[in-house]
Amino acid sequence: MCTSFMGQLLTATHNFGTAPTRGTSAADTFKAALYTTTASPAINAATTAYSATGEVSGTGYTAGGVTVTNATAPTSTNSSSTAGVAYWTPSANLVYTTVTLTTAFDTVLIYNSSQSNAAVSVHTFGSQTITAGTFTLTMPSNTTSTALLRLSTT
Amino acid sequence: MDDSLLEKKEGSIDNDIEYTTWTEYWLDGELVHRSAHVTLKTSPFSDLVAATFG
Repeated sequence: MCTSFMGQLLTATHNFGTAPTRGTSAADTFKAALYTTTASPAINAATTAYSATGEVSGTGYTAGGVTVTNATAPTSTNSSSTAGVAYWTPSANLVYTTVTLTTAFDTVLIYNSSQSNAAVSVHTFGSQTITAGTFTLTMPSNTTSTALLRLSTT
Repeated sequence: MDDSLLEKKEGSIDNDIEYTTWTEYWLDGELVHRSAHVTLKTSPFSDLVAATFG
């Protein structure tokens, strides 16, 4: 598989279907929602779209979560003649400022709010609660081995 | 409020998935502030690997 193709998957260059689902050339808006430790159904790789079911709630938190800052386009790079990586990372940390979330949460869902809230990725961490404080998710470095989203061939 | 009455507690966790720190302030046995800072390292759901046909 060509590495450039993987990068183009992240920018919706190709459409193998019979009907394009996109009507705009503008970048989409992505959001990040937090989910409780007891969310049912569980938020995982089988999740197909954002749902308020199991989402955290509390003072200062808006259903749907925060908008993901996306100032850096996906990148693809070859690691050899037969392998490569396409990757993307939000260009700013995800910050939930001055919230009170007393029900423990351990999951963030990144989803595309411009495309019917389609799910993108799920990330888990140790259970947290927040009391009149700020919850910050620091993004990893945007590299071939640490980016938040990575498509790779080996 | 007299800040000297506040008891500060801090903690952290560091593993393959995350590096997390948190800060709590307690007043008379009541939690009045808790913030957390999670640095994501990797995720079991973020990697898609496709093997190349030989």
